[in-house]
Amino acid sequence: MGEESIRLTEVTKTFTLRYQRTAKQVAVAKMRGQQTVRAFNAVDQVSFSVQQGESVGLMGLNGSGKSTLLKMINGVMRPDSGMLLTRGRIAGLIATGAGFHPQLTGRENLVLNAAILGMSERETARKFDEIVDFAEIGDKLDTQVGHYSSGQSARLGFSVAIHVDSDIFLADEVLAVGDRPFKRKCLAKMEEVRDGGRTLVYVSHAAGSVRRMCNRVIVLEDGRVGFDGDVDEGIRYLKYDDDRTENMPEGMEDEHDNDSEFGAEL
Amino acid sequence: MSESATPVEDAAPTSPARHVDAELAPPSAGNGLMAVFQRRYLLRLLVRREISARYQGSFLGLLWSYINPLSQFCIYYFIIGQIFNLRQGVHNFPLHIFSAIIIVHFFTETFNAGTRSIVRNRQIVQKMAMPREMFPVATMLVSLYHVGPQMVILLIACLASGWSPDPVGMVAFVIALLIIMVLGTALALLFSAANVFFRDVSSVVNILTNLVRFGVPMIYTYEMVDDRFGSFAPYYLLNPIANAVLMFQRAFWVGTADDPDALIATGMPDHILERGLVMLGVSIIALGIGQLVFSRLENKIPERL
Repeated sequence: MGEESIRLTEVTKTFTLRYQRTAKQVAVAKMRGQQTVRAFNAVDQVSFSVQQGESVGLMGLNGSGKSTLLKMINGVMRPDSGMLLTRGRIAGLIATGAGFHPQLTGRENLVLNAAILGMSERETARKFDEIVDFAEIGDKLDTQVGHYSSGQSARLGFSVAIHVDSDIFLADEVLAVGDRPFKRKCLAKMEEVRDGGRTLVYVSHAAGSVRRMCNRVIVLEDGRVGFDGDVDEGIRYLKYDDDRTENMPEGMEDEHDNDSEFGAEL
Repeated sequence: MSESATPVEDAAPTSPARHVDAELAPPSAGNGLMAVFQRRYLLRLLVRREISARYQGSFLGLLWSYINPLSQFCIYYFIIGQIFNLRQGVHNFPLHIFSAIIIVHFFTETFNAGTRSIVRNRQIVQKMAMPREMFPVATMLVSLYHVGPQMVILLIACLASGWSPDPVGMVAFVIALLIIMVLGTALALLFSAANVFFRDVSSVVNILTNLVRFGVPMIYTYEMVDDRFGSFAPYYLLNPIANAVLMFQRAFWVGTADDPDALIATGMPDHILERGLVMLGVSIIALGIGQLVFSRLENKIPERL
């Protein structure tokens, strides 16, 4: 492959949990000899490197550090130790919703979001209609985002992020709230992004869509890399390969339905 | 960064990895105040948004930025001027108050709104990578924007009282604004980050802004400080905001006197411009400290919001 796109060397992010918030609570807890703070590593000594054009599926159970890792790659958070380097412009969605201001209209948020992602005024004007068309939010464009449904704001967020001419695209459970036609559209668009040679980091619990989108899987376990390699092996490592088990969390079912449809199409 | 990269639309699937003409770099790099001014388009958007959002949903809208200082003016004028009778012996007392109010209002607005700016924009701060200094700086610029209409009122009042501008006054005017812009941004940076960790900070800021109102020669004159404070007067002048107010008054209030030189001799400290420049230097140092502390705390901001 070509050049490195993302490189992580022993990246660690520590969160401090505070059990008490007010001075009184802290004082009482201290007197009783209880713990007042606890530090834990949400991401623990993670090292890997992604080549430009690779599409990586980032998998793992809830709380395994996927979103934290993505936030660091995005630049929202900085690692506490270790080194994280990226090449080029980054766009994407973190934990479904984009950074929208609830009091602003969809239009204002779109422009602001595009600007934060590094789009110029002219670029935004050029792509504006395309973004709105893709999001399919219609006449809601001029109402406050606070009044949008979670699906609608996710649509708009995804639409802005995917239309940024980025070198790295991060997608965090983007399909969790969209309806079926929109999911299909998102996946198709992401394939386009992938085939355009952009680096793709895709977080999902749906084995099917990871299989379809990615050529490599990284599994996180309690903040550490548990597996890094082939897609099918990774899914088997996570025991996500037996598609229809009873204890499958709700919502995943739906995405799986979708995937099987895609499987048929492919 | 990626201008040289081929647009996705035209990219043929035959060429898998696009070439990116950039160095490997930490994704969170390029933050700080310098980055804020490099991304002027984003800053402009934030300022414009803030201006329209500040009085969103209110019936009188932008009028509030006139009503607010005007009501303060009326209160001070009647209570302090009439009831306490402090206006006696003071040349053009209303202008004395009003020129001070503009500076004080500019500062307190920047300080107050700036302190809350990060917490108020948490939805964006938590999810988007951008220089977070953007928010305090934007609030300062919004407050500066609101100085405009007040300046218009002040100029009308000045011209009505036979104001004659002078070069020293104009320089003082510029330095005064600069001091508040720099110092306001410095404090907004410091306190906006602190406010993320302890929401108590915005209550502390409320108290501090109250102190500011009485710590500057607004409802009393500098002459009185000089008179009654005696040897403590130099310490009074260590306050950059008091200096900014004095310089603002030097620019406008002094110019309306029949004999400005006499007023300068009695009602203004010596070497006002030099003092102002020193205070501007102090404010710039404060801004440096503010940036330093902000960068330190910034790391923990997204998780503590």
